[in-house]
Amino acid sequence: MPAITFDQFWSWQAAADLLPELLTAFVKVTLLVTVVGTIVAVVLGLSLALITQVTPSVIARPVRWVMDVIRMTPLIVQLVFASFLVPVDWNLLWVGTVVIGVHYSTYMAESFIAGIGSVDRGQWEASRALSLPQARTWRAIVLPQAMRATLPSLGNWTISMFKDTPYLFAISVLEMVTVAQQAGNNTFRYNEAFTIAGLIFLVASLVTALAVRRLEKALVY
Amino acid sequence: MPPVIRFEGVQKKFGDHTVLSGLNFDVAPGERVTLIGPSGSGKTTILRLVMTLEELTDGYIWIDGKPLTHDRRDGKRIRLREKQVAATRKQIGMVFQHFNLFPNMSVIDNVTEAQVHVLGRGKEEARDRGLALLDQVGLKDRAEEHPSRLSGGQKQRVAIARALAMDPKILLLDEVTSALDPELVGDVLAVLRDVADTTDISMLIVTHEMQFARDVSHKVMMFDGGQIVEQGAPTDILANPTHERTRKFLDSIL
Repeated sequence: MPAITFDQFWSWQAAADLLPELLTAFVKVTLLVTVVGTIVAVVLGLSLALITQVTPSVIARPVRWVMDVIRMTPLIVQLVFASFLVPVDWNLLWVGTVVIGVHYSTYMAESFIAGIGSVDRGQWEASRALSLPQARTWRAIVLPQAMRATLPSLGNWTISMFKDTPYLFAISVLEMVTVAQQAGNNTFRYNEAFTIAGLIFLVASLVTALAVRRLEKALVY
Repeated sequence: MPPVIRFEGVQKKFGDHTVLSGLNFDVAPGERVTLIGPSGSGKTTILRLVMTLEELTDGYIWIDGKPLTHDRRDGKRIRLREKQVAATRKQIGMVFQHFNLFPNMSVIDNVTEAQVHVLGRGKEEARDRGLALLDQVGLKDRAEEHPSRLSGGQKQRVAIARALAMDPKILLLDEVTSALDPELVGDVLAVLRDVADTTDISMLIVTHEMQFARDVSHKVMMFDGGQIVEQGAPTDILANPTHERTRKFLDSIL
């Protein structure tokens, strides 16, 4: 005889009741944080990568140190730290989004740097032989090729960011997993709440992965 | 008229390894000079120095009587500013062993990119010139494709068109057929023969194609260990080498 029956474990009625609430939290917080966070991370990550590549080492080296510090401390610590630093009336959802974006920008910067490094030396030489200005070489030749090499790992970082959004509970932002936890507290239907939350993450991650693969294909030349 | 290229006491070291030392030679306007010699003899380094892909350790390179990267002022050797170097470099074009086409651009964009962004030509003008050159190298009908769709020989012909589009005074050819399948070499050399016949671009050529060297060059220089072993008309050097080293080298590649 099984320890528990399926009906004890799972109630379809409870699941159906929880779904709207969790989906709302997903769209309003998790999705929002991920989309805005990804934009912040890509733009800032690319900027950081370029700074480390084109500026003299007096600038590039301190920037790299800061990047290392951010990468080597836990996101949850950075969230709490930032929430203490900002004025009390600031919206912690936005503070959290920026912190997550900045955190992941350092990872994305490393991916961009690797992608830039993967561009064949001959491309730089051909560009120089044609006397193309540095800025044009970056924009028209190196970055498009580096982007193609970097895109798969950017997709992975975005999915990773998705899965880190529950850390927002540490600064009292009501994202989906916290909502699931509260729903569980209220109804004792923890199984349903967390299973649905997990499935939503799974579906969202799969969709993201698929979109990235599409984008990769579009970039093939 | 000053020589279009003058090497004066050129030295190039890579770390402790000296590739060239005290090298002197001139290339006259319109002259096509082929550099031959065993690998590691410094031929490619010479081309890369002219293209400013390498920095010379000592000495001077003069282009049309003007300094390329280093000038002599009051007996002192001075590095020129990058802006001045760029102005001179615009007159020099290079075709590489591995083509180095921009894979993210179409064939025509490869050929127009620098015309527009370096020479400041209009898009239309650059395109017309690019298509004319692609026609000359027999690839006009592939203009809209990406380089990945082309064979090695076709890529190299596009690379030649790309270099010619800049109307260079000097063209550097660095083992341009070495990476090609044997059956594709002929087309590329035919294009270059055509360029040699129809323009007065000065050329420095590094190649192992001795027949080609004989046909297109005015002068052959044999290098070994960064030194010129002997030089002269291709018929003399290639048919009747006076130095044992040259004879051995020619025997080894024929």
